[in-house]
Amino acid sequence: MQLETALMDPNFALVPWVVFLPAIGLVLNLLVGKRLGERGIGALASLASGGAFVVAVLLALGLTRSPEGATVPLVDWIRVGDLSVRWAFRVDTLSVLMMLVVSGVGTLIHIYSIGYMHSDVRHNGDPLRFRRFFVYLNLFIAMMMILVSADNYLMLFVGWEGVGLCSYLLIGFWFEKGKAGIGNAQAAKKAFVVNRIGDFGLLLALFFLFWNFKSFDFAVIFAQAPQVAAAAPWVVLAITLFMLLGVTGKSAQIPLYVWLPDAMAGPTPVSALIHAATMVTAGVYLVARSQALFVLVPAAQNAVTWVGAATAIFAATIAVGQYDIKKVLAYSTISQLGFMVAAVGMGATVAGMFHLTTHAFFKALLFLSAGSVILGMEHGAEHGHNGHHLDPQDMRNMGGLRKRMPVTFWVYLIGSLALAGIAPLAGFFSKDEILAYASQQQPGVFIVLLIAAFFTAFYMGRQVLMVFFGQPRSDAAGHAGESPAVVTVPLIVLALLSIGGGALNLPGSLWLEHWLEHSLAEVHAGEFLLPVAAGSLAVALAGILIAWLIYGRKPLADAKTPDPLARPLGPVYRGMESKWKVDELYHAVIVRPYRALSGFLAGPVDQGVIDGLVNGIASLFSMLAQLVRRLQTGYVRTYALAVLAGVVAVLAYLATVSFR
Amino acid sequence: MSMIYYLILSGILFTLGLLGVILRRNAIILFMSLELMFNAANILFVAFAAYYQVLSGQLFVFFVMVVAAAEVAVGLALIVTIFRSRNSINVDELSSLKG
Repeated sequence: MQLETALMDPNFALVPWVVFLPAIGLVLNLLVGKRLGERGIGALASLASGGAFVVAVLLALGLTRSPEGATVPLVDWIRVGDLSVRWAFRVDTLSVLMMLVVSGVGTLIHIYSIGYMHSDVRHNGDPLRFRRFFVYLNLFIAMMMILVSADNYLMLFVGWEGVGLCSYLLIGFWFEKGKAGIGNAQAAKKAFVVNRIGDFGLLLALFFLFWNFKSFDFAVIFAQAPQVAAAAPWVVLAITLFMLLGVTGKSAQIPLYVWLPDAMAGPTPVSALIHAATMVTAGVYLVARSQALFVLVPAAQNAVTWVGAATAIFAATIAVGQYDIKKVLAYSTISQLGFMVAAVGMGATVAGMFHLTTHAFFKALLFLSAGSVILGMEHGAEHGHNGHHLDPQDMRNMGGLRKRMPVTFWVYLIGSLALAGIAPLAGFFSKDEILAYASQQQPGVFIVLLIAAFFTAFYMGRQVLMVFFGQPRSDAAGHAGESPAVVTVPLIVLALLSIGGGALNLPGSLWLEHWLEHSLAEVHAGEFLLPVAAGSLAVALAGILIAWLIYGRKPLADAKTPDPLARPLGPVYRGMESKWKVDELYHAVIVRPYRALSGFLAGPVDQGVIDGLVNGIASLFSMLAQLVRRLQTGYVRTYALAVLAGVVAVLAYLATVSFR
Repeated sequence: MSMIYYLILSGILFTLGLLGVILRRNAIILFMSLELMFNAANILFVAFAAYYQVLSGQLFVFFVMVVAAAEVAVGLALIVTIFRSRNSINVDELSSLKG
């Protein structure tokens, strides 16, 4: 599998630059960004990210010549006793695919952000934050590159934590805004804390790995895994299940998904880049990368699969009841991540990675278009006549934007159809591959995912109809304007990718599968099952049709009209609208008891017992000192007398000893 | 001559010095009493040096004298300074360090 440095393709030596280039970009922006102005900052950051993309393309070209890839060591990192960890970059088809997605989509989002953040920082009243945004974005790209190019789990963990940090920083980008002035900061904190729970699982998995394999290197661990699994199956089971906990945190699966919807507090390009296209797929990548471990323990595979499937359908139902344009997309992302996790859990790694790639295209497209819609709404609100503030993200305030923002409408439509799985857009092929595999392996999962696919089509249909069709339901929507070219051009590129992305792994050519088979231990031939494909297409069309029947035929009259589903579905709809009260449940079951415990530990235990012990000992000695301090009279002769008495006593003792 | 006379003389001198240190208040008298104790020790040094016919005891006396001289220089300087600040050299008044 692994070739040494001497044999490798010259392009592979470039791999450290996928990390260095964004890092250089962020350092330059930190040092001289003030003098560059907005355009300079944006261009520099985009160039840094684009440079990483060029390097990734060169690596991919190298891989077409020598597909087995290589490991490129950079420096020794830790060398203690048996432990030897180095910074080494793994160039293989899997990591380069991730690099291409991260830097490709990332660069488009950088360019888009130049236009989006220009308005955003002005609307929010702090233009100086423009540079900070791009510094964070470049830091994110660098960290994500470390994550995907790592040659060992420890380096992967560094990237894993690094992207978590960037996520925290960017969710809290407008930390002084939000509910009661700290809503955004709380959202960021929630994301960080929930991710920590998952990261703790991954950390435990790392401890187990090192304890049993004495190494963190992928190659060593995967080679020894079968023996270890044969000797002690529970070890591999524990490792994989702890990894699953990490995956549920980072990839927003049940039970740790609750941070992702709140993460929408960040600027929209952040939601697109970090919380839809790249970072949240890190969990999928981790399972795909560790496939050699997961295949050894079917129980863990089942757990992963069912977690993914349950998340897919659960989040899809919540998405139906949301009004915030970004919240719908957030729950949709959770649901689609569920599809990917279920796929890699079943062992359909290629299908999972395929869906990851196409999802990165169309979900980034959807988020960025939603950002464009928000820009248009804010623009409209500025030019509108009534002064009262309205939520520019609430779909009930929109409507009729099709005519006001034609480009955004068309790209949004393409993204929605791709997400809904309408042939021949990208999402159809990738989702279909997962469904086809599930129908053969796990019929239960297949049915769950098919229902989730129906909901997907339904809520996307609902969203498009609510946002773009009918009559404007607010002044802002009536005066909305199309976004500038720097915003729309990346959208068009992403729309083209969403249309053609399916070509990566068309049934028949299976290019992606042949590409990935060099990196993965097992590759299952993806089959194109006509009944499954026709079924999923029919389900998607049915979802859209029902959405049209409910929301399209008779559009909402004004912003106050309740959702047409609210009455017939009753409590079910209220459940979906209130996100099934999961946040409240967690608050009651975990957060409140934990706060009470913390209060108890801080008050009675820490201040009472621990401080009491320490202060008690101190005052005890203080009292003892009170007793003997009178001995220090301050008179020299007293001291001299004491010395005399001491000498006499010593001499007397010596005399008695020697004369005995 | 018997050693015993030297020892008795040394003992008397030492006791006188000791009583002076303990009983007197005047800092200069205190110093003189200290010198008395030094010299009691010196007498013993030379007496035993002569008795055992070794030179080191006599040598040591010079060291004691040198150190005593240095100590007196420091001590007198201190006493002068204390007198300047307090207008008194009564050691009982220098008890600000008492516990």
